[in-house]
Amino acid sequence: MTRASVLWLSLGGIAIALLPWYGLEGDGLLSSDWLRSYPDASTGPALYQIAAAGRSWLLLPVLPWLGLAGVAATRGERAFVTWAGLGMTLLLVEGFAIIHSGPAWPWLAALLSSDAKQPGLGYGGALLGLSYLMLGSRGFAARGFCKGDAFTVSAIALVVSLIALFVFFPILTMLASAGQNNNGAWAPSVFIDKLLSAAIWGVGCIARGVSCGVAWNTIFLAIVAGAGATALGLAFALLTVRTGFQWKRLLRLLTILPIITPPFVIGLAIILLFGRAGAITALLSDWFDIPRSRWVYGLPGVLLAQLLAFAPIAFMVLIGVVQGVAPSLEEASETLGASRWTSFRRVTWPLIRPGVANAFLLGFVESMADFGNPLVLGGNYEVLSTKVFFAVVGASHDQGQAAVLAIVLLAFTLGAFYAQHRWLGRRVYTTVTGKGDSGLPIPLPTGVRAACYGVAALWTLLTLAIYATILLGGFVRALGRDYTFTFDHYLTGFSAEWGPRGLLLTGSAWDSLWTTLGVSAVSAPLTAAIGLVTAYLLTRQRFAGQRLFEFGTMLSFAIPGTVVGVSYILAFNVPPVELTGTALILVICFVFRNMPVGVRAGMAMLAQIDQSLDEASLTLGARTGTTLRRVVLPLLKPAMVTALVYSFVRAMTAVSAVIFLVSAQHNMATAYIVGRAEAGEFGLAIAYSSALIVIMLAAIALIQLLVGERRLGRRALGAGELAIEGAG
Amino acid sequence: MATTHRGAASVELRHIVKRYGPVTAVNDVSFTIAAGTLVTLLGPSGCGKTTTLRLIAGLETATSGQLLIGGNDVTTLSSADRDVSMVFQSYALFPHMTVLENAAYGPSVRGASKREAQALADEKLALVGLEKLGERLPAELSGGQQQRVAVARALVLEPRVLLFDEPLSNLDAKLRRRVREDIRDLQQRLGLTVVYVTHDQQEALAVSDRVIVMDHAVVAQSGTPRELYEEPASLFVADFIGDANLIDVMVRPIDGGLAEVSVGPMTLRLRRRGIDAGPAKIAVRPESLLFRTEGGLPGTIAKVAYLGTHMEYTVATALGDIFVIERGAPTLREVRAKVALAFAERGVTLVRG
Repeated sequence: MTRASVLWLSLGGIAIALLPWYGLEGDGLLSSDWLRSYPDASTGPALYQIAAAGRSWLLLPVLPWLGLAGVAATRGERAFVTWAGLGMTLLLVEGFAIIHSGPAWPWLAALLSSDAKQPGLGYGGALLGLSYLMLGSRGFAARGFCKGDAFTVSAIALVVSLIALFVFFPILTMLASAGQNNNGAWAPSVFIDKLLSAAIWGVGCIARGVSCGVAWNTIFLAIVAGAGATALGLAFALLTVRTGFQWKRLLRLLTILPIITPPFVIGLAIILLFGRAGAITALLSDWFDIPRSRWVYGLPGVLLAQLLAFAPIAFMVLIGVVQGVAPSLEEASETLGASRWTSFRRVTWPLIRPGVANAFLLGFVESMADFGNPLVLGGNYEVLSTKVFFAVVGASHDQGQAAVLAIVLLAFTLGAFYAQHRWLGRRVYTTVTGKGDSGLPIPLPTGVRAACYGVAALWTLLTLAIYATILLGGFVRALGRDYTFTFDHYLTGFSAEWGPRGLLLTGSAWDSLWTTLGVSAVSAPLTAAIGLVTAYLLTRQRFAGQRLFEFGTMLSFAIPGTVVGVSYILAFNVPPVELTGTALILVICFVFRNMPVGVRAGMAMLAQIDQSLDEASLTLGARTGTTLRRVVLPLLKPAMVTALVYSFVRAMTAVSAVIFLVSAQHNMATAYIVGRAEAGEFGLAIAYSSALIVIMLAAIALIQLLVGERRLGRRALGAGELAIEGAG
Repeated sequence: MATTHRGAASVELRHIVKRYGPVTAVNDVSFTIAAGTLVTLLGPSGCGKTTTLRLIAGLETATSGQLLIGGNDVTTLSSADRDVSMVFQSYALFPHMTVLENAAYGPSVRGASKREAQALADEKLALVGLEKLGERLPAELSGGQQQRVAVARALVLEPRVLLFDEPLSNLDAKLRRRVREDIRDLQQRLGLTVVYVTHDQQEALAVSDRVIVMDHAVVAQSGTPRELYEEPASLFVADFIGDANLIDVMVRPIDGGLAEVSVGPMTLRLRRRGIDAGPAKIAVRPESLLFRTEGGLPGTIAKVAYLGTHMEYTVATALGDIFVIERGAPTLREVRAKVALAFAERGVTLVRG
């Protein structure tokens, strides 16, 4: 038996005999609270629960451990598969079968006593499950799976289990709960009623004066926002690539800003500029007697905010596409006698059209998933994401309704992603070849160029105004009304004073800031790690079900944050996995929402790293884990930076999913800011937002510094040149 | 995992099959490689030779069959547990490590201390003459030097079997011969078991104790270079090794394991090699055809190439175009000249058609 098997078997034993089997109330394992009453019915390990707390059913998941220990001594690792599989199954079955309120199913209640109740799994249960998973993997490896490589089998088993638990299980729970009535009974007719209700699909706005269904609102907004953002992005891309525009570097900078700006902050700035008491509204009112109005609340405001937020994304997609059009193609068209306009219309435009469609779909999906801007600016214009939120937190508190709305939203975004893969996947004309293309791009037709300049000027002006508002708004008493310079907002949020026991952080924002930083700092490396390991498994290993596995890892990208939030609440509020209200659920939520970026970045890099490097390491006696650590990871540094930065920034700026998952104890900065904005404390909200942006910039710089550069010393490029040049 | 020397080991494949979905890359292959010998897997691309090598390395797992190294079944063992090293076609030097770090990688991942690992690495780098370049990065070396680093790195663990995957394919023609000789020299000096994959028959004949010719996922023939060249078991082997002319003949068995073979107007007496009466083929090496002024097989010179050490002719005859090599000829034959061809004593073999 290998050392690793002994280790996992021992950990399983510790999980059964020592660790608290159930989830602990309060601060968890690190605080000593639980030790005071250890062991009792809430803190005792499995052995105690069976012997002294009357939870004899725990024998089911515990006994297979004895089986494992037995076969380990007699028959070797191949026999692990059966026992570990049995243990895992029984652990899940008993966990789902008996919950807080007693046995989960009526027929089971008949068999057990009525006080058969249990909370969610804790450290003991989780560790035993992990031990079964790892021992089972070693069993499969011993049977020759994945070339007998235990690390690979374990990694696949772990990632698949985690994705199943934290991506598929919540979504399935949500689907199931949509089909239940308020008593939890199965009621498909209720589901059909809710799904087809006029509140979602009504078309009253066309003929009569009532508002349309929320689904149509969402689609309309998404189409207009997607098209508008694409047009803006295209104008910028053409301007950058095809004209002698002087300020290209500035444009690049403007495109980075939205990435580090929490999405709703733009909405916030728009209120401060164009709201009834906004700065620009006030100017217009004072100078031109244009009456103050609330026009910005509703479709116009949300649309404006989304255009400003998504145009840079479209720009980043389209600049690659526009650069990819080989000038020689247009030169060929011109030498064949076509005018400039004809060349653009007949050659350039058809070549970039798939890229344009791609940018549109991206904007479409982003708009659908956007939660912060509709929440802050939407007014009476309801979209699915906000409607889902209010169904959960509002007066009605109808989780079934929330689930139905979330399903509609999920269907839309998945549909768009499906269209993108299916319809555009093979239609992208890459005209970038290895050959040098020395032609000069032809200048844009005059009309197109003028339009580009006009659009760009307006957009730049607006963006500058928005960011000036964000950065300076926190330093004045009330933007639009009272421009007196003040530190008050920052003091409210971030004041600190020397008390008798040292530094006292008295500002109201500190708690949420520390939680945010902590959660982001913990989730970023985890995201990068699981993303890169997954990328490694997908590119370097062959195993059954690989395509499904890949689909599963990418799926979480297509799920809007609000849907994730609702599904997590539904799935993780009850045993066996009870996580709501903890900081852990925030970390988990970020890890699995942001993992696809790590996977993509890792896959792109790995495709450029010669596979024989890994193989050389293996034949030299390194195990897969060592190979990853010493050969693959050092070469993956650019992908690692991308994954770290991205997941950190996303964790700092996300609002849609976390707003469902935050608790009084673990509040996040974004949720706090949205709360302040809703309460009308715009000064504090904007001050906090600008502080967040500055912190993120500092963190990105720090990550770059910590991870450092790859060392390759490519000086002599010869016959043996190894293709590892990255796409980092 | 200790890094002690355990001596060269034999390699045995028993009915190894490797399938990728519907494609069978290796189909029921069995052979034994004696300890301390250099055996080449030779064949055209796609014949399964590299897959066979990777199976021995543990980089692929056989679909069925058994693989033994030094008499132990290693069929399901992972690569890291097999005590086998490989020199890759692309060398696969770790670009972020120096030459010394590359060479010391094996012992270091197996738990040797840094000093031990570097001492072992230095020793093997000296063996390939690169002791002075330890601090360089692979990208700063020439192709030939990179190749030697790859060999040193593979040798550091004193593996029981050393595998070479087309090690010369990234070198220029002049360097190839020298590196080839270096590899053979090293193998004989250290008494290593080496499995060597190549598609170049000349390279295979030059370095090997034995050659295993593969074709369409199966072993076509295995034997010493000389056996393969002079006694090809099939048309494929005859054709693949040494560009033999394949000529249709009629066979009439006679006594003493011989047969009378009619080739056009001529009759030869050849070893029968178990071939029945009736139509068959003979494989004739290009240098086993002799020009005659009269008698023999009449023909016309169709193409001529002057190659310094020898001449190459294509002769059009009633039996088809025949490729002939002539060495040390006093004169150059002209295109369209009438000639007659006869067969030499050696290099003419009856082959199953």
